[in-house]
Amino acid sequence: MRYLPLTQADRAAMLSRIGVDGVDALFRDVPKEAVVGRARFDLPDAQGEIEVSRLLSRMAAKSVAAGNVAFFCGAGAYRHHVPAAVDHLIQRSEFLTSYTPYQPEIAQGTLQYLFEFQTQVALLTGMEVANASLYDGSTATAEAVLMARRVTRKSKAVLSGGLHRHYAETVETMAEIGGEVVRATATPGKAEDLATLIDDNTACVVVQSPDVFGLVRDMKPIAAAAQAKGALLIVVVTEVVSLGLLESPGAMGADIVVAEGQSIGNGLNFGGPYVGLFATREKYLRQMPGRLVGETADTVGRRGYVLTLSTREQHIRREKATSNICTNSGLCALAFTIHLSLLGEEGLARLARANHARASGLADRLSRIGGVTLVTPTFFNEFALRLPKPAAQVVDALADRNVMAGVPASRLFPREHENLLIVAATETNTDEDCAALEVALTEVLA
Amino acid sequence: MSMNNQGRPTRAGEASGPELGTISGDRGLDHEEPLIFELGRPGHSGVDISDVQVSDARLGGFKRRAPIGLPGLSEPEVVRHYVRLSRMNYAIDSGLYPLGSCTMKHNPRLNEAMARLPGFADVHPLQPQKTVQGALTLIGELMRWLTTLTGMPAVAMSPKAGAHGELCGMLAIRAAIAAKGERRPRVLVPESAHGTNPATAAFAGFTVDEIPAKGDGHVDVAALKAKLGSDVGAVMLTNPNTCGLFEKPIREIADAVHAAGAYFYCDGANFNAIAGRVRPGDLGVDAMHINLHKTFSTPHGGGGPGAGPVVLSERLAPFAPLPLLVHDAEGFRLIEDRAELPEGARPFGRMSAFHGQMGMFVRALAYMLSHGADGIRQASEDAVLSANYILASLKDVMSAPFGDGPCMHEALFDDSFLEGTGVTTLDFAKAMIDEGYHPMTMYFPLVVHGAMLIEPTESESKESLDRFIHVLRGLAAEAKAGDVERFQGAPRFTPRRRLDETAAARKPVLRWKQPELKRAAE
Repeated sequence: MRYLPLTQADRAAMLSRIGVDGVDALFRDVPKEAVVGRARFDLPDAQGEIEVSRLLSRMAAKSVAAGNVAFFCGAGAYRHHVPAAVDHLIQRSEFLTSYTPYQPEIAQGTLQYLFEFQTQVALLTGMEVANASLYDGSTATAEAVLMARRVTRKSKAVLSGGLHRHYAETVETMAEIGGEVVRATATPGKAEDLATLIDDNTACVVVQSPDVFGLVRDMKPIAAAAQAKGALLIVVVTEVVSLGLLESPGAMGADIVVAEGQSIGNGLNFGGPYVGLFATREKYLRQMPGRLVGETADTVGRRGYVLTLSTREQHIRREKATSNICTNSGLCALAFTIHLSLLGEEGLARLARANHARASGLADRLSRIGGVTLVTPTFFNEFALRLPKPAAQVVDALADRNVMAGVPASRLFPREHENLLIVAATETNTDEDCAALEVALTEVLA
Repeated sequence: MSMNNQGRPTRAGEASGPELGTISGDRGLDHEEPLIFELGRPGHSGVDISDVQVSDARLGGFKRRAPIGLPGLSEPEVVRHYVRLSRMNYAIDSGLYPLGSCTMKHNPRLNEAMARLPGFADVHPLQPQKTVQGALTLIGELMRWLTTLTGMPAVAMSPKAGAHGELCGMLAIRAAIAAKGERRPRVLVPESAHGTNPATAAFAGFTVDEIPAKGDGHVDVAALKAKLGSDVGAVMLTNPNTCGLFEKPIREIADAVHAAGAYFYCDGANFNAIAGRVRPGDLGVDAMHINLHKTFSTPHGGGGPGAGPVVLSERLAPFAPLPLLVHDAEGFRLIEDRAELPEGARPFGRMSAFHGQMGMFVRALAYMLSHGADGIRQASEDAVLSANYILASLKDVMSAPFGDGPCMHEALFDDSFLEGTGVTTLDFAKAMIDEGYHPMTMYFPLVVHGAMLIEPTESESKESLDRFIHVLRGLAAEAKAGDVERFQGAPRFTPRRRLDETAAARKPVLRWKQPELKRAAE
């Protein structure tokens, strides 16, 4: 077996040093009846690289890769171009095969990029501090709700209807244990009135912008309504590239900002691994979940970085920790940081404008088709269309013509919004892609 | 000092006097590297994107007004920056990484290549299901491997890491208790458990009751049984435990837990000791998460991403979270909607958006296919053999509190061999860094004083283990000989000497600020 260095002679010599006859003696505490005979597993034996590679390549070929079709799916995961340098750098052994930086003297590489990541996230979101990442946007949202409860000592969470349905379900799963979670009805293309749902027991209001139907919304009235009742405003961003063109949530009054960072540096990967961004105000720092890297100095006065404020975390505080999280999303955070460093201020702004221009042009194009109306008046790179037919059927039919038209809203909201199609366009879409979608959609709807 | 025929010194001699300060501040291959924010210039970018102007018509008046504050750099500058940072890290690819309970084994590069196949990597989680059959087949195949190896009937794939898997298992237990109309608020957790166990139990709405460890490193079964009662929802046990020992009476514990009407959660962090040899399903386990990044070698990546699928017993399987993966005449199908649930399914909720850590699933399955069932068993045996070899080779000079019997995949030492030397576990660990090694896990588990937990894994050759043993024996001898300075001054040969963690926590600096902003804030 190519990954196992020990030879039979090595094993014999080692057993002899240990003073036992065979490896079975080392497993003497394991109940005999629990030991499985070699033949008991209905699984294949070891295979070489050629065989494994062939098998998995053939399996992968049964999927339709986004790059082979005209592709317009979004709704929480976006297909952007990731520069080749990003994937090269994150595969460097020293990043890929290191552990959590518990020994800072030999992990300054990881610690410094996490410090850079925290800074980038704080800058992008317009907040004062950010952590070193969480699993993804949805779990970060749930963590934000729990944190708001700790900060406010209130228990009710109000979720906007425009919050991605999977995010809302994730929040409900984690937050219904400690209090009430109220979900507003979704009103595609319109900002619902959340103020009426906020009461004196409300810990937080969770609003996504751009929302799941693409709507860019004004946070300031909600921030004011939340503040009036002593509740926190949690802003969720699932398309982080939008922050290159839109006002930051911090500037609109957010108390906590969570985001899905996948769009920068990370591929679609069928839903994971992704990277959760989490930022807040400095005064809430000690209630924050997740790892934090801080600046310090070594014994000879040189600047360096360490994991810090770990007294919030499970390995120190155990059942009193702010979260049970141990792992963050290190390598995905690195990909984010490298891609954002490559883009820089100007590159991100251009990327964001290219996305908006592409989506805006596509919306014009598609809303000219008979029976199709644009539902989302203000958007970044994603919008909802009302079709004259159920969107799921249309998407299915278009997939047969090598066009992934978008995500039917009913995929997220079963038996609701059946004629709504959520369409995303990015810098990866060409004019030909957009024309292909227009033609195919026109034909299928005819 | 010897000279070659050009008169140049050929080995270090008098030249290695006091350390030479360089003009650059760099030292040979060791480069100092500023923060990315201290590099670059406005207007520059490492990505070429055409400059399109957009109208404000559809932005609702929310166009960004203030700049973000990101630096502008070209691609070569960014590449050099991150290459230089990478060189400040220790990694399993560059050396033995004996972190107990973390399982730093070799990360095969085939797995990286497979995870990047477009049919797995370039597919969207919400594409029509008929277009993602390759990705769903992979998940289905991994589920088959996981349930077969563990002897459990079901597995939930969406948890994103070990602790997230624990939470998934505990939420399933909570749902099962509620379905029976019972109230069982208490969870028993041994004091040797990973911190995630009590944190997870508390997160899932339980109160935590600690079970003490016995003097031999095993859980106190009598104490555990005495604490069982009609208000206990679950027992969370790690097996092999964090002392590297197999809890022999595990069946007896499982039976007692079940007789009390509670559920048995097993922390699968140490499954790599027994995979391919023992099926947790045969031991009475109701739920166990599997850290794909430990047992099945998906890279740790400097702290993630992980993946934590949870295998579930017959009693808990109905409560598995959405989405569910089923196989029918049309192929694999994800069930995301409660209206489409198969009979008997009562999912407790959803762990996260989408379907789990696909990229990690591909790597784990590539590992499993490469090893095969026989290789997985051999890997477990080699891991246990190597840990015992280290234990046998060091226990005469370092103190092994439970060293009388064999250990599993990790060997536990305490600091009693350092008593009276003035050297602490931390000092000993830092001296290992100077010797070119990543230290072992320190001060965990909490059940022994100054713990040092060594997990060599199956990835080391005998020569590598012998060299490691030689170095640790040497350090133990130096400590006993009174060379305290070697330890207290360590590490010396690293990009940074010891860092002041107290100062970092007292006045947290968690981000870079522009110098003028920084001054204004102070």
